[in-house]
Amino acid sequence: MKKHLNTVYVTTPGAYLSLEGEAILVKTDGEVKGRLPMHMLESIVCFGHVGISPPLMFAACERGICIAWFTERGRFQARVGGPVSGNILLRKAQYRSSEEPSCKAQIARSFVIGKIANCRSILQRNVRDHPEKAGSDAKEAVDALSGSLRCASECLDVDTLRGIEGMAANYYYGVFDGMIHVDEDSLRFRNRSRRPPLDRVNALLSFIYTMLVHDCVSALEGVGLDPQAGYLHADRPGRPSLALDLMEEFRSFIADRLVLSLINRRQVTPSGFTVTETGAVLMDDDTRKTVLVGYQERKNEELRHPFLEEQVTVGMLPHLQARLLARHLRGDLDAYPPFFVK
Amino acid sequence: MTRLYSDDELLALSLLQHIMFCERQCSLNSNEQLWFDNKLTVSGSQLHRRVHGDAPRREKRGDVIVVRELLLCSHSLGVTGKADVVEFHRVSINGISMEGCDGLWQPFPVEYKHGKPKVDDCDRVQLCAQAICLEEMLGAEVPEGAIFYGRIQKREAVVFDPVMRRTTCDSASKLHALVEGGRNPPAVFRDGCTHCAMKDACMPEVTGLREKASGYIVRALSGNDADG
Ligand code: SF4
Repeated sequence: MKKHLNTVYVTTPGAYLSLEGEAILVKTDGEVKGRLPMHMLESIVCFGHVGISPPLMFAACERGICIAWFTERGRFQARVGGPVSGNILLRKAQYRSSEEPSCKAQIARSFVIGKIANCRSILQRNVRDHPEKAGSDAKEAVDALSGSLRCASECLDVDTLRGIEGMAANYYYGVFDGMIHVDEDSLRFRNRSRRPPLDRVNALLSFIYTMLVHDCVSALEGVGLDPQAGYLHADRPGRPSLALDLMEEFRSFIADRLVLSLINRRQVTPSGFTVTETGAVLMDDDTRKTVLVGYQERKNEELRHPFLEEQVTVGMLPHLQARLLARHLRGDLDAYPPFFVK
Repeated sequence: MTRLYSDDELLALSLLQHIMFCERQCSLNSNEQLWFDNKLTVSGSQLHRRVHGDAPRREKRGDVIVVRELLLCSHSLGVTGKADVVEFHRVSINGISMEGCDGLWQPFPVEYKHGKPKVDDCDRVQLCAQAICLEEMLGAEVPEGAIFYGRIQKREAVVFDPVMRRTTCDSASKLHALVEGGRNPPAVFRDGCTHCAMKDACMPEVTGLREKASGYIVRALSGNDADG
């Protein structure tokens, strides 16, 4: 397997990427800005007006490198990939299990359990590392999450699981602000707002979640699963429900922790955002770059995978979990083992 | 009476070497469409590129005609594939005629392998299947062939005796049954797994074990509870 996967983020407006041998040639205004080798590349992510030559697209697709375009603000626009990978037997098994109530609930349960357990881990860690700051609220939330986890582990009904997951999210976001250790009022978190994000923390969270969904879609497509047919998230045309399912277990571990450390280490500051008339908050260019660099660094960190018991990078996690899901659907594993933060 | 497979049912000849090596590897390759380049397979395909490279498709060297990249199929085995090199050796009897050359010629398949000779029959069976293809397609007799091993830079001769032909037919039927069944045989972790190109997809340490994943979930939940 590809061990060190990297994503190139192109944020310069008007950049043009083309193929030069085995490398990607980056130009702006006709001027060569750099060359990037294609091997070790998993994905090319472009923001705003970025052009790519057809030969580069073909070469990338041939090597399983996915290309995606987002607006400057991080809304997904288009993706280019090679032929559908994987096989019909796997997809059929996926659709069958997404229709069959008990299979569906069993898999949805794994996603929920993974999500709640990992949210709880983050809180526990914060309580442990900052006992003076973490109030009794945080400890209560940890207990509440333990309760949710017990309920979820006994639940085989998807609607009930969604309810448990919703409650758990409330407990978690209810004390999220307590993990932010800077004083600025404008970097506080009140509650989760998505469309649009109404404060800076939400703007950061939303942006990274979007990148993470993209990575989960690529991971699922890479093993031949259909990112749209989910278990926990209901079907909706155009919605990558399975990618959203898969992302649940990584949200807190990959995205939330990154947001917290960017803020707590003061790598992002209040002035790096624009607050519009409607209250919607947008990230400025430099902030977006900082976040992308942070995200890439986060993906390069190593850890031991708790189920596979192998050293892997954070960036590999979506791929490995997608593969484990595929192995479960094809009958090689008796359940889908979510990723648990140790 | 052996059955004949239709064109639609033909499977990749190269799968035979996989099914000989490990049925699960073969299934992951055919049923799951998984194939991972590891170092061995990458240098393997580099060797192939060198073999074919700019060499002409057909070349006459005295009493040998060398033909590269011949497309093959056998309806009795139900396989189709490509021969790296088929030599045609000049013979006085039991040969076929070749366009543009006088006399009789006997096909002699040669397969190029990166590694060294193996203890098992994987490579020999693949070659034998090529021989059976050539016999069916050309109506010729193909009693012998050779495998060239890159590591030792040597040819190993292979005689297609009845035992080898039997093994080849059996593997082909096994292959068809595997693809028809559509299920993966469980992984059985063994020495060969360490160098298996399919290992990352196969996950032999965790697949095929009953209650492996559900047990992991239960343990993780109870473990987390303890320190929570
Ligand atoms: S890893 Fe082992 S069990 Fe799995 S395909 Fe390879 S040889 Fe077979």
